[in-house]
Amino acid sequence: MFRLFYNIKQAVLQLIRNKGMAVASIFAISAMMLILGLFFVISVNINLFTEIIKQDYDTVEVYLEEATTAAKTKSIIESIKHMNGVSSVEFRNKDQALKVLKRRWGESGYLLDSLGENPLPNSILVKVENLNAANRVNVAANKIDGVESTKYYKETVDKLTKVTNFLSISAIIIMLFLIIVSVVVVSNTIKLTVFARAKEISIMKYVGATNWFVRGPFFVEGIIIGLIASGMSAGLTYVLYDRIVDAIGMKVMTILSSPLVPATYLASNLIIIFASMGVGIGAVGSIISMRKFLDK
Amino acid sequence: MITFTNVTKKYGENIGLENASVSIAKGDFVFLVGPSGAGKSTFIKLILKEINADSGRIKVGDYVVTDISNRLIPQHRRKIGMVFQDFRLLPKKTVFENVAFAMEIMHKSRRQIRKRVPQVLSLMGIEDKAKRYPQELSAGEQQRVAIARAIINNPKVLIADEPTGNLDPETAKGIMDLLDEINQTGTTIVMVTHAKDIVDRMNKRVIAIEDGHIVRDDYGQYGYDEGLDFGEGVFTDV
Repeated sequence: MFRLFYNIKQAVLQLIRNKGMAVASIFAISAMMLILGLFFVISVNINLFTEIIKQDYDTVEVYLEEATTAAKTKSIIESIKHMNGVSSVEFRNKDQALKVLKRRWGESGYLLDSLGENPLPNSILVKVENLNAANRVNVAANKIDGVESTKYYKETVDKLTKVTNFLSISAIIIMLFLIIVSVVVVSNTIKLTVFARAKEISIMKYVGATNWFVRGPFFVEGIIIGLIASGMSAGLTYVLYDRIVDAIGMKVMTILSSPLVPATYLASNLIIIFASMGVGIGAVGSIISMRKFLDK
Repeated sequence: MITFTNVTKKYGENIGLENASVSIAKGDFVFLVGPSGAGKSTFIKLILKEINADSGRIKVGDYVVTDISNRLIPQHRRKIGMVFQDFRLLPKKTVFENVAFAMEIMHKSRRQIRKRVPQVLSLMGIEDKAKRYPQELSAGEQQRVAIARAIINNPKVLIADEPTGNLDPETAKGIMDLLDEINQTGTTIVMVTHAKDIVDRMNKRVIAIEDGHIVRDDYGQYGYDEGLDFGEGVFTDV
């Protein structure tokens, strides 16, 4: 404990003595982490959207022609039921379809009231066992007399998965780059205090201090810089994202039938991710800055 | 306590120390003399393992210095007290803190530190300066603080690199008396110096190094003319 307090006290003193550079590096690292944060919320939302779409993945919607009679509908249902890979079949008339849509649109559902006549067709929801079955049912159902068209989300999901993968990879690359830059920024800041205390360090070494004893205060200094920067950028990301959700959340809901992830839900993840990155960047930066000094 | 066996250290073409063999027993008081650049600093740096020998074997206490890993250097140095011509005190720490610092490094408890530091300060005759900062003290007092720091952990060896170089003769004599007292308690002392009067008066073992070779090792006199230009030390330092 003695050493912990000693290190924290020394680190705070060094930061105060060298505040200009400390503030500069805190801002630089915050800016980099802010970019990371925005990447993070974008990919979280795309992931959520993909997940929601995927829930419909195992469903093929078969839309019936307006003129299809009840008897005809029954026979279509029967023939679909007997197809390979079909797990269940459910009839949904046009009124039910409208209700489902209204529910999905949430508060904007009232817009559908102005439609007058219900434009939605009767449909059959076919649950399938796997992707291959979905393809097969899709093709076969299209050929049945009385079926207007079919729809399932394979392509959309595939495209989304590609976009998500691309985003994750580019996020990782950018993240690595920014982390390296942050480490360099921190290590340069700390190098200044190391230079200022070069004499002290050499005396410590003469008296027989271990490298970790000498490094302690600088290590803590780096971690403090990293933590302050991560706190700032996490807060800023939160506020910015919250504003974005406020501004366009409703529109996104209407257009994509998928909500934005609420900012409060992301808060704890943001803090954990940013704090661990901040600590890591600070710690590595300080160790790098001292490497040459501790050679002897 | 300190044994050099056929030790050679070169800096490129320049010889720091060549094929040097010497043995310093426990409790010895040794003056290391010779012109500037003769190899005295190399000798000290090798003992501290600040530099590595090219060949030969150096043993200090229980450690074969030439063989120990870098990880063990701190442990090795804790058994050696160092005193410098320029004192090397930490200006932002008080006298007490400067001395306590050497104990903190050894992970001594606060209670031990509060007990031991005043004892040693009083041994050095500066117990009333504990709360002062180094720059508020005279040169002689600063050197006493440095010696207090060097001996606080009871080192087996005390190395003094021109400890009287910045002091007037009267103050220097006080410091030498202190070192003599420390030596009486069994601590081995190796002192680099250019002070003829001190060496002559103390009548201890004298090792002279010239051009990287040990040219003399006996008891008694300094052996150089006082006017000899060494380029550093008490006679030429301004």
